[in-house]
Amino acid sequence: MSKSNFSRRGVLKTGAIAGAGLAVPTYLRADGHAGFTNAPQGSTVKIGFNVPQTGPYAEEGLDELRAQELAVEHLNGMGDGGMMNTFSEKNLKGNGILGKKVEFVTGDTQTKSDVARASAQSMIQKDECIMINGGSSSGVAIAVQGLCQEAGVIFMAGLTHSNDTTGKDKKANGFRHFFNGYMSGAALGPVLEKEYGNERQAYHLTADYTWGWTQQESIAASTEALGWNTVQDVRTPVGAGDFSSYIAPILNSGADTLILNHYGGDMVNSLTQAIQFGLRDKQVNGKDFTIIVPLYSELMAAGAGSNIQGVFGSMNWNWQLQDEGTKAFVKSFGEKYGFPPSGAAHTCYVQTLLYADAVERAGTFNPCGVVEALEDFDFDGMGNGPTSYRGADHQCFKDVLVMKGTEAPTNQFDTLEIVEVTPRAQVEYAPDHPMFAGGDLGECNPGA
Amino acid sequence: MDAFILQILNGLDKGSAYALIALGLTLIFGTLGVVNFAHGALFMIGAFCAVTVQKLLGLSFDVIDPTQTDFLGNPLKVAIPYVEAWFGPAIGGAIQDWSVPLAILVVIPVMFLVGWAMERGLIKHFYNRPHADQILVTFGLAIVIGEIIKAFFGANPIQTPAPEVFIGTVDVGAWLGMDPGSVAYPTWRMVYFFFSAIIIAAVFAFLQFTTFGMVVRAGMADRETVGLLGIDIDKRFTLMFGLAAAVAGMAGVMYTPILSPHYNIGMDFLVLSFVVVVVGGMGSLPGAVLAGFLLGILQSFASMNEVKALIPGIDQIIIYLVAIIILLTRPRGLMGRKGVMED
Amino acid sequence: MLGLNSRDFKLFIIVCIMALAAPILLNPFPTASAMGESFNAGYPALMQRFVIFGILVIGFNILFGLTGYLSFGHAAFLGVGSYAAVWMFKLLSYNVVPAIILSVIVAGLFSVVIGYVSLRRSGIYFSILTLAFAQMSYQLAYSVFTPLTNGETGLQVYNDDPQILMGENSPTVPHFFGLEMNAQSVVDVAGWSFTFQNGYYLSAVFLILAFYLSIRIFRSPMGLMLRAIKSNQTRMSYTGINTKPYMLAAFVISGMYAGLAGGLLAAMDPLTGAERMFWTASGEIVVMAILGGVGTLIGPVLGAGIIKYLENIVSKINDGILHNWFAFMPDWLDNALVTIIHPFIGKGWHLTLGLLFMAVVIFLPGGLVQGGQKLGGLFRRKKTDDAADGAKTPAE
Repeated sequence: MSKSNFSRRGVLKTGAIAGAGLAVPTYLRADGHAGFTNAPQGSTVKIGFNVPQTGPYAEEGLDELRAQELAVEHLNGMGDGGMMNTFSEKNLKGNGILGKKVEFVTGDTQTKSDVARASAQSMIQKDECIMINGGSSSGVAIAVQGLCQEAGVIFMAGLTHSNDTTGKDKKANGFRHFFNGYMSGAALGPVLEKEYGNERQAYHLTADYTWGWTQQESIAASTEALGWNTVQDVRTPVGAGDFSSYIAPILNSGADTLILNHYGGDMVNSLTQAIQFGLRDKQVNGKDFTIIVPLYSELMAAGAGSNIQGVFGSMNWNWQLQDEGTKAFVKSFGEKYGFPPSGAAHTCYVQTLLYADAVERAGTFNPCGVVEALEDFDFDGMGNGPTSYRGADHQCFKDVLVMKGTEAPTNQFDTLEIVEVTPRAQVEYAPDHPMFAGGDLGECNPGA
Repeated sequence: MDAFILQILNGLDKGSAYALIALGLTLIFGTLGVVNFAHGALFMIGAFCAVTVQKLLGLSFDVIDPTQTDFLGNPLKVAIPYVEAWFGPAIGGAIQDWSVPLAILVVIPVMFLVGWAMERGLIKHFYNRPHADQILVTFGLAIVIGEIIKAFFGANPIQTPAPEVFIGTVDVGAWLGMDPGSVAYPTWRMVYFFFSAIIIAAVFAFLQFTTFGMVVRAGMADRETVGLLGIDIDKRFTLMFGLAAAVAGMAGVMYTPILSPHYNIGMDFLVLSFVVVVVGGMGSLPGAVLAGFLLGILQSFASMNEVKALIPGIDQIIIYLVAIIILLTRPRGLMGRKGVMED
Repeated sequence: MLGLNSRDFKLFIIVCIMALAAPILLNPFPTASAMGESFNAGYPALMQRFVIFGILVIGFNILFGLTGYLSFGHAAFLGVGSYAAVWMFKLLSYNVVPAIILSVIVAGLFSVVIGYVSLRRSGIYFSILTLAFAQMSYQLAYSVFTPLTNGETGLQVYNDDPQILMGENSPTVPHFFGLEMNAQSVVDVAGWSFTFQNGYYLSAVFLILAFYLSIRIFRSPMGLMLRAIKSNQTRMSYTGINTKPYMLAAFVISGMYAGLAGGLLAAMDPLTGAERMFWTASGEIVVMAILGGVGTLIGPVLGAGIIKYLENIVSKINDGILHNWFAFMPDWLDNALVTIIHPFIGKGWHLTLGLLFMAVVIFLPGGLVQGGQKLGGLFRRKKTDDAADGAKTPAE
């Protein structure tokens, strides 16, 4: 390059261009391109997996992450395709989403709303993710769902069981595949009636926060409909560790059934300690004392060891199901990681595929298009039988599993057995059911 | 009445757990003047000694059983623990069943070693540093220990059941001449209570009746003078650190059947044990024990439905409320000495 | 200038520049590069946290750094401030001004009560009292006070809230008289892209004000009095001075700083939860202060920045990203390096944090500021050595 090129005029010109560039900033960059937040550029699309990697639900979060990585592999055409082969829609061809290769970023929610939102914000603002998936608690799910609504990206909730997620805190940009407290109650009711009759005195121990309350309300409603009497509902602090002072009063309360509305470590401890207090060896009102844990997960079951034998509960999905979708997923997950997937893993895997499929059907990554494609969408082959996303509240409706702790386990994964697959019709409810009322889905928000 | 007795038992049981942890914490503080935020971590290491012993006894080799299949449809690998292969299923099973009490034998030397290493390697450099530095460095250590445990054992709680004979309940009601079965209390919790009582008594006896204890007590009161007398007080203090670690570790082992250990259990106990120590009065061993039992019993009563109906949520805050009331009425806790940790 | 001596003024200017140019300074690597994707921190949400937690720890430092009173419940004021702000959003409108004002006032009142009671004791007894108050606040906010706090779910604004000052065309996100907090302009320069966001700049202005105020307090007669209390409270009492009002003033100012931080957090992101008040959150504040350098002016800001950086950046690095970095290496070396680094990133970021605390406390008792001074001293000594050589002063 010769020196003469570097004229004063040239310098002025470049300066002016740079100045103009600075003076007219692109207001909200995505706006200029496609009219929605984080419109994918180039040949890739990025999604965010926001799961607890530290804190009490870390194991669950890591299992979710495994499933999500597997889903991305399958979407990009690696591995054996898993549930993509059994899914009733055939839009996914292993070439990414809309021909764009899927990339992902991961974050740690620590099961704290603030941290989860910070992590999701970084995924949206820094990594330009178009969808956030995962999580392992309702508080976090609701917090992140609200954030995604404001930011204009899609949120596919992970493990969240509170009625509020698709009840009073529902949001147009959020979708939940997992079941909820009401469904647990509705599914457990008939089985409990068959097993334990119509005259039971139930004592509830409830984790003292929103999820615990909504589940307690749901279970109490469904058992009272059977004719059971709720003796007492005692709220226990989260993470109490030692539940002895809550368990001791049960002994002489006249109750013959204990319902533990606890999850995770709390459930492991309260169940273990209840059994140490000899509750299950007792006879009350001429009946054997019994314990029920309405929400089960494989990881909790493993933590509780032999204490869960014969204890009833419910699940969203279990790897022991024998349909083609489940078998395909368990095979690809099991071959990759060496153990069967948990229910939380299944939900996150399915949500990722469902999102990808919705984008394919909508023909756009625009969240409003995706919302439209997912609303009142019926599908099958994902392990839960015929399933649909209800448009009115973005809750998935599908069969619910009633589980029981295996009486004589034959191997380390054999902790729970399926007692009944409760048909979907039995767990459905109206969108304005009192337990879910008060929310406002709002309008889908494409951001930008 | 029976509910009342049950809650007293619960309170004593909780109290003995608090007292045991607070005792170790006070030992370290009283002798070395170090605020040890890693004490909860020592409790956790103890608990995971039990888990390790259980895992070691459960070490197994795989035998392929072609008659059964695993979840992927491949022939099932049946795990047979070595102890069962060596001693036969009956004795091998019994050994595994007793893994928690066996862990007590392991935990004492292990915790002495851990305590010794911690004191020599880290704490001794912090004797003359401000308490805030001690808190931060031990807090950092606690996080690191927790993360290492998590790397090895995962984040989920691990079931470590008590031996078969201790499962079930003791009919305390019958002892007290009440209706049989009216006050049934878990056997292992009774074991835990008596175990704690023995340990606490042993620590006090050791400090009270041995020459070693006498020197340490003298050192607690006036370190400089004892040093001037030509006694190597540092070495004794190192041993005291080991002893405190062993006490915390034993508390941890014995607590595992009640509370399945997980990597964060140390942090869960940390704040509580500090509140207990401070309510008891910094540097006072009897204070720590007294405060432990007091808070344990009050917490149990606050959890009763009748009390909760009167003041909702009282069970969640009782510990802190009592701490505030005691500290405002008694400036240095129940039995604290003047001038300790007041600046 | 501005009532500051020249050294303080220089520091103040540095902080101003850092705060205002953060969107550029924190994006040292091109946006699309592997380093940029992993290490750039210049996105609004994280920058907001840097400055807001900076404000929080500056306030904490006024109490702890000057008086030596270690409050272990400072997060309670942050939480109370956030709740106050969100309630303002729910009741009035999304304007941040009433929200921030109320959050400072509420946190101030709260700290008057807690401070009045806790300051009757000193040393660890004071720490435990503040801890007890904060834990009580947390427990109650999580459960019994749910109607007020929305419990675990966290307090947020719903469409059917009264919002009585809300007009037809009022923004539906927090705004400063119409200036929306989340509005931003993005400037693309070569491979870099810089985001300038209204919300960040509002927080940054508050950080600058907070920093300025803290310098003035440090240099004021009151600051001197507080330091005197730290060195020997008994002697102060013997000279006939009632130290209590000074202590309480420091405590309340510190609590109001925390309230301001809480209000700003809510203004940036209108949701707040009880876990903001948990004891680990209070512990984090202490850690930030000590990590940066207690009693120094700039230390708290540094400490807050480093912790938030670790939490948000290191926790997001996963094995895939590592393999990307080392892609140019032979496979075996790549795998070996990833295996070595793996425990410290992603889900292991706590381990990195713990080791960092320990390293700083062991080797740099004065925090990172001391580290900086040591480093600076190293260069300066070299320089003076050179000068000495030049002058050929005889050795003594």
